[in-house]
Amino acid sequence: MNVLTAKYVSSEDTLTVILNGEIDHHSAQSIREEIDRQIYAHRAKTVYLDLKNVGFMDSSGLGLILGRYTHTKEAGGVLKILNPGASAQRVMKLAGTDKIIPIEWD
Amino acid sequence: MKKKIVNETEFSFPAKSVNESFARYAVSSFCAQLDPTIEELSDIRTAVSEAVTNAIVHGYRDTGEGRVYIKVRILEERTLVIIVKDTGCGIADITLAMTPLYTGDPSGERGGMGFSIMESFTDDLKVRSSVGHGTTVTMIKRLSKL
Ligand SMILES: Nc1ncnc2c1ncn2[C@@H]1O[C@H](COP(=O)(O)OP(=O)(O)OP(=O)(O)O)[C@@H](O)[C@H]1O
Ligand SMILES: [Mg+2]
Repeated sequence: MNVLTAKYVSSEDTLTVILNGEIDHHSAQSIREEIDRQIYAHRAKTVYLDLKNVGFMDSSGLGLILGRYTHTKEAGGVLKILNPGASAQRVMKLAGTDKIIPIEWD
Repeated sequence: MKKKIVNETEFSFPAKSVNESFARYAVSSFCAQLDPTIEELSDIRTAVSEAVTNAIVHGYRDTGEGRVYIKVRILEERTLVIIVKDTGCGIADITLAMTPLYTGDPSGERGGMGFSIMESFTDDLKVRSSVGHGTTVTMIKRLSKL
C-alpha cells in the first residue's frame, strides 16, 4: 500500500536519489539505510533528493532529510532538495530546513 | 453554545507503523463527506499522521505492541474534531514536548516538529497525558464555507 522506493542516478560528482511514494515514519524507516549505503558508496560532491514523485510527507520526511543531510556531510558532500511538492514544501518551510538545505527545481 | 454532532466514527488498530497510512486515509475519507478543499484534506492527513506516529513511536516506543484509538466527529458549521489516543508511556512535560524542534529521540532521525505541524495544520490542538497511562491528542479543524 504505502511503499516508498528510490532510484539512483549518478554522474561524475552528483548522486540523485529519486524518491517515489509517500514519506512517513513507516516508509522512511525502510529506506534510509539503503540511501545511506549509496551516499557512502558514491561520496558525491552533491547529493540531490528528488521529491517530484512524493505526494505526501510528514515530519518523518523531515527526519529522513535531516538524517541524510548529516550523512552526506560526513561523506564529504552537500545535500540539496529537488522538486518538492506542496506537502513537502510546507513542512520544510515550517521547520526552517529550507535555510540550511537548498531547494532547487529542474 | 455547544455544537451538535452531525456524524462520527471511531476505530482502533495495533500500534504498527504500517497502519500510519491507513489511519490518515481512513480519517480523510470520513471527512470527505464535507467536501473539503485539497489543501484541507492534506492538512488533515498530515496532522493525523503526526499524532498516530507519535503514539506508535513514542507512546509505545516503536514496539508494535498496544493500540491506537481514533475518534472523528463532524460538528455543525463544518467543524471537525479528531481525537487520537494511546495508552502508552505518557508525556512527563507536555510544554517541553510541544516546544518546536524539541525531540526526546536521540537517533538524529527526528526533527521535533510533529506537534508544531499539528498546531499549524489545524485550528486547535490540545494534549492530555499522564505518565504510565497514555496520551490523548484532540485536534479541531474548521473547514472553509462551501
Ligand atoms: N503519544 C506520545 N507518547 C509519549 N511521548 C510523546 C507522545 N507524543 C509526543 N511525545 C514526546 O514529545 C516529543 C515531541 O513530539 P513531536 O512530534 O513534536 O516531535 P518528534 O516526534 O520527536 O519528532 P518528529 O515528529 O519531527 O518526527 C517526542 O519526542 C516525545 O518525547
Ligand atoms: Mg512526532
